Amino acid sequence: MTKTPTWAFDDLAVGQTFALGPKHVTAGEIVAFASEFDMQPMHLDEEAGKASLLGGLAASGWHTCAMFMRMACDTLLLDSTSQGAPGVEYARWRRPVLAGDTLSGEAEVIALRRSEKRPQLGYVTFRHRLRNQRGELVFELEHAGMFLTRDAIS
Amino acid sequence: MSALDEFLQLGETIVIGSHRFEADEIKAFAQKFDPQPFHLDEQAAANSVFGALCASGWHVTAIWMQVNLRHLEAAGERPWAGDGPRPVFGPSPGFRKLRWLKPTFAGSTLTYSRRALHLRGHAGRPGWSILTSLCEAHDETGDKVIAFESDVLVKTA
Repeated sequence: MTKTPTWAFDDLAVGQTFALGPKHVTAGEIVAFASEFDMQPMHLDEEAGKASLLGGLAASGWHTCAMFMRMACDTLLLDSTSQGAPGVEYARWRRPVLAGDTLSGEAEVIALRRSEKRPQLGYVTFRHRLRNQRGELVFELEHAGMFLTRDAIS
Repeated sequence: MSALDEFLQLGETIVIGSHRFEADEIKAFAQKFDPQPFHLDEQAAANSVFGALCASGWHVTAIWMQVNLRHLEAAGERPWAGDGPRPVFGPSPGFRKLRWLKPTFAGSTLTYSRRALHLRGHAGRPGWSILTSLCEAHDETGDKVIAFESDVLVKTA
């Protein structure tokens, strides 16, 4: 079952991009996530959302993070030597993600650094951006992930 | 300490609650949002860098929000002794410096906390300020598992 991953640390270059999405966001998904994790009215109910600063039934910011993660898994991480990530520099919820929106964007490699302690490991810094169907920036996130080198898996 | 500082509990570390991460919920979250093998399957996790089934980092932060909202509801409305209108909380513009310091393995219980760090004016939105809080979780052994700095808008005038 284990196939050699397409993407190892050595295969990534600064400036390289991976497409994120498209991901259509339904009202049902927004409510399901919010019911479990973020039970605030603007994430649960259309009318409450319209009456809030968000202007409609809006996804929890944590839901947007989770949807972003799925897009990153599908476009890169599941077919890579990813060893997880120690954290996130920042995440910005720039505009509300509303029911019916379609999100798409890109993960861009902005820095590469080989581990000094573990020569078969490298840190890859990504800047991720998601836009809605009108091209408006809704989400930005920067993080460094750990990837094994091709040596480590051959 | 001003009425606003007191209302926001500036500088005070507040333990907001605990959550035990069961294997089933770890897998359910991962299937939807983070289907990496070490979040989905005990065997695959045993052979991974983590060594055992562990929760997606995004699951651990989503539970922070759940625990925080339950705590706010249980605590009831904060007393307000200021002269102006009672401050109102708005949406969050984001967070910074999120660190996943230790894996959250199936069966472990995390205890979550938050501490309001500072309040700054919001240049783009008169009458609103941004409250920055340090959010953390510790496991049963006392080790810190996650930390991040979260921002939230507060209408203060």
